[in-house]
Amino acid sequence: MSAVIEVRNLAKKFDKATAVEDISFTIEKGEFVGLLGQNGAGKSTTIQILLGLITPTSGDVRIFGYSPWKERVKVLERSNFSSAYVAMPPNLQVRENLEVFARLYGVRNRSRKIDELLSLFAVDHLARKMTGALSSGESTRVNLCKALLNDPELLLLDEPTASLDPDIADKVRGLLRQIQKERGLTVVYTSHNMTDVEELCHRVLFLHRGRIIAQGTPGEIVENLGESSLEEVFIAIARDTLKIPPTPVSKKHDSDAEVVRGKLSETAERENEEPC
Amino acid sequence: MLTVRPDRVAGLCYRYYLVLSRSSFRVMDIVFWPVMDLLVWGFVSNYFSSLGGSAPQAVTFLVGGIIFFNVLYRAQQSISVSFLEDLWSRNLLSIFVSPITVAEFVSATYVVGVAQALAVTLIMSVMAAFLYAFNMLSLSWYLIPLFVNLLVMGWWLGLGTTALILRYGYQAEALAWAVPFLLQPVCAVFYPVSVLPAWLQTVAWFVPATHVFEGMRHILAGGNQCAVYLIKASLLNVLYWVATTVFFGAMISRARERGSLAKIVT
Repeated sequence: MSAVIEVRNLAKKFDKATAVEDISFTIEKGEFVGLLGQNGAGKSTTIQILLGLITPTSGDVRIFGYSPWKERVKVLERSNFSSAYVAMPPNLQVRENLEVFARLYGVRNRSRKIDELLSLFAVDHLARKMTGALSSGESTRVNLCKALLNDPELLLLDEPTASLDPDIADKVRGLLRQIQKERGLTVVYTSHNMTDVEELCHRVLFLHRGRIIAQGTPGEIVENLGESSLEEVFIAIARDTLKIPPTPVSKKHDSDAEVVRGKLSETAERENEEPC
Repeated sequence: MLTVRPDRVAGLCYRYYLVLSRSSFRVMDIVFWPVMDLLVWGFVSNYFSSLGGSAPQAVTFLVGGIIFFNVLYRAQQSISVSFLEDLWSRNLLSIFVSPITVAEFVSATYVVGVAQALAVTLIMSVMAAFLYAFNMLSLSWYLIPLFVNLLVMGWWLGLGTTALILRYGYQAEALAWAVPFLLQPVCAVFYPVSVLPAWLQTVAWFVPATHVFEGMRHILAGGNQCAVYLIKASLLNVLYWVATTVFFGAMISRARERGSLAKIVT
């Protein structure tokens, strides 16, 4: 496996407030990694640094070996982003919006690609509908179509299932899992929905007050921190009531990454053995 | 930042075309107000001419001034208002996280500015010909450099305004409409620079549009020595264009450092 994202000693300060403090992590090709934490924990700042929207105060970030703010086009050509909080021009039809983004990403065979994605997310009947008239669930699926237009190797998803009803959220999770598995996508995922995280993520990075305080598979985190579920871990971290204090992650980062690499290999082997 | 790929600029222009063609408000904004300006000012100057006086070319000067001021206004608006519309529709984040360079983003707004300015000039010129017997072509080949100078001034004004919106956020959005009208009294659109107080005349000569409007009146009055006005306007435009480009780049960098770019686009 090779590293898609490498973050080393990353810090970001806004005036006197510290948003991110000396975090380091590596995300390997094909990993589905959850970035968790309460509001203000530093996950949005981290995502925005990865997207090249914010420059860090110190530290280094490499995505596909490039700096996301100095060589942003090289990074963004191979990645994509979707968020529940991003909209497309409401007075354009769904197909027109996707056509525009396909042009911006330099997609060849645009029409075929759009048809393929609309069909994959079961929203082909919405192609001629105005984007502003879509429901939350429809909008989320159209945003995901946009996020896959350029066949990205890296997908950054910021709360993609926020405001979806449980049925649609489950369908979206299913599709994400399927696409990630089929294409070997690397996914960085933020969510406040712990069901999403437990179902989808190979590994979780827990941020608290700008630091990574725990990382591992969802099961490992629950076990290591002595809680009964990931949701309990989240609440305990937010309220500073963890039963077992976490070990500072930056010191054991490399060994953790080795563990995760091992687990991913095991998972891949198991999946290859499954009958078709 | 300086990489410009024509296919990506074309993609953004296609998007502006779709957004514009679907917005009756924007189409009205581009066509309705310039036409109203032309009607009101044209008939007012017709009225003053009918009273008799020593300004037989008042209609020609005013109509020419209105048409040319709209070139500057449209070019400026195409940059700053397009930016604001993307902000309001929460669409800017998708653009800023796609592989679009800042230069491509700005270039697309320049192209849209040219298209809008040409459309408005054409509509107003045809109307002025029918209503006031004003012939834009009487400016002969000077029409092109006069038009281009106002276009470029609109571009750097739009870029500067957008840089201020990036710096100060939504509280600065009124500037998108206010800036051209702040300059209008100084840049001698409807009257010669000589009517301004002496100290304001000095300020006026530092505005490229002042030279354009003075040059336009000179040609319309039958003069043929417009080159000096054009050279001065062009030199000032190049200077301010470079300065606002540097300022815009600095504001983008500052917005990335302070996190305000992320804040404003999300």
